[in-house]
Amino acid sequence: MKVIEIKNLTKFYGKNRGIEDVSLTVEEGEIFGFIGPNGAGKSTTIRLMLSLIYPTSGSAAIFGKDCIKFGHEIRNDIGYLPSEVFYYDKMRVKDLLKYSASFYKGDHKKRIKELADIMELDLNRKIDELSYGNKKKVGIVQGLLHQPKLIMLDEPTSGLDPLMQHKFFDLILEENKRGATVFFSSHILGEVQKLCNRVAIIREGHIVKIEDIKTLRQDTYKKVYVRTDKNAIEQTKFPGISNLEVIDGEVRFLYKGDITELLQLVMENNVYDINIEEPSLEEIFMHYYK
Amino acid sequence: MNIYSREVKKKLKSALIWSFSIFLLILLFMVMYPGFATDETIFEMVMENYPEVMLKAMGMTGVNLATVIGYFTFCMLFTQICLAVQGSIYGFSILSEEERDMTADFLLTKPIKRSKAFIAKLFAAVTGLVITNAAVWGSTFLTITVFSDGHEYEPVMFVKLLSTLILFQLFFLGIGMLISVLVKKVRSALSYSMGLAFGMYIISATASIIGEDRISYITPFKYFEPNAFVLEGGYDPVMTIICGTVIVVSITTAFFLYNRRNIPTAS
Repeated sequence: MKVIEIKNLTKFYGKNRGIEDVSLTVEEGEIFGFIGPNGAGKSTTIRLMLSLIYPTSGSAAIFGKDCIKFGHEIRNDIGYLPSEVFYYDKMRVKDLLKYSASFYKGDHKKRIKELADIMELDLNRKIDELSYGNKKKVGIVQGLLHQPKLIMLDEPTSGLDPLMQHKFFDLILEENKRGATVFFSSHILGEVQKLCNRVAIIREGHIVKIEDIKTLRQDTYKKVYVRTDKNAIEQTKFPGISNLEVIDGEVRFLYKGDITELLQLVMENNVYDINIEEPSLEEIFMHYYK
Repeated sequence: MNIYSREVKKKLKSALIWSFSIFLLILLFMVMYPGFATDETIFEMVMENYPEVMLKAMGMTGVNLATVIGYFTFCMLFTQICLAVQGSIYGFSILSEEERDMTADFLLTKPIKRSKAFIAKLFAAVTGLVITNAAVWGSTFLTITVFSDGHEYEPVMFVKLLSTLILFQLFFLGIGMLISVLVKKVRSALSYSMGLAFGMYIISATASIIGEDRISYITPFKYFEPNAFVLEGGYDPVMTIICGTVIVVSITTAFFLYNRRNIPTAS
């Protein structure tokens, strides 16, 4: 079943471009990454799906229902975590979550308690006393407390420390196992790679590519830095190596291909240090624009 | 229902503070009534010393301020200014505060229709206004009973005078709501409110001073001018109908605009 189906969605803010001609589908049970630099139109796309804003043209459907006409029905099963969390400052965390839960059928007290325990969130604090990271946790709990079928995350990890990020990812994976579909927007390729099955890359309002994460990884270059006493690597005509240069005894090159073969090559030499890096998002974009 | 009760809780404190302040205002005026009424001649001499322009602006011409209702119209004007400010603040803030505080993302991604959020907020604001309205009624009848000092008055006239107050309040609520969805962002509801409330008053005062009747059609301070009420024994029904129409049109337009509004992002 298609959980999200976006067709030729376009949004202009006056003359300013939001997104243009975006089409994508997300199947049930997927963790779908949505990646692009700031201002590429990630939030715009999410806000269109939640009908916080209205499209200039095109359409979006969730659970097979039009986002505008059936927005209130659809949102029953959506959990949304905005990139910037702001809540009613004067409320206590507990009251805010209770207010949030009051919009959904059923009793969610137990789930609130569970989630707060996992995220180590103090329910008795006032919202305006919370740090940014703690507010983010409130956002996570309010987004997940009703066990949504579709989870929309807009840059969810900013403000969370690495330990909490890890817990958060576990939580998302667990929800996914339970059957929830996840739409994960981010500008950090690493976290998307960790979690997602498929990704869409958006740049300047246009979808550049929609790809399986595995294919994307195989398809992209790795940046390799090797410190070695020989310039063996330099001399080999090893397939997959490009842009090779030597700076201060450090060999730098881009590599595309089987990592095992590369490691074998490296091991034949006397290596002091090796560093293999994921290319940055910009570098991937450069790759797609070649 | 959950939105309504939350909004009312939020408005309750402000509505009670407005109520109490207006009570004090009416009390302060009416306490002085017995003094004015007994020394009618001195009072009139004092009034003659004021420039006529000022008396016109305050709506104090042509009315015998020694009568209970005549004197009360004077304090009614100040009550109206308070109610205008309160109504405007509610109007400007009730829809825009969620966007200003960036909580619209929270509320409007819940499984509710926008129209439902609008109606809940509208009713919460009206509830706040009704509370203050009731306080005006209570304060009026309490103070005129205590301080009328044996002077005759017709309670029915006071009932008629006060019964249009709600329209006066809704006018400012409606216009406030409409403007708040017409502009991109309401940075400070208070400054908009002061502008609307005092702007309308100044238009009304100007109309009185220069004697221009046509301007009267745009300001509720003229629709419901207390001294005209006393002089003519009631408000002009045409003006009341205009006010009602403005309320209905502004709130309906705000409703449709809010339903189609693009909620701005936090950043």
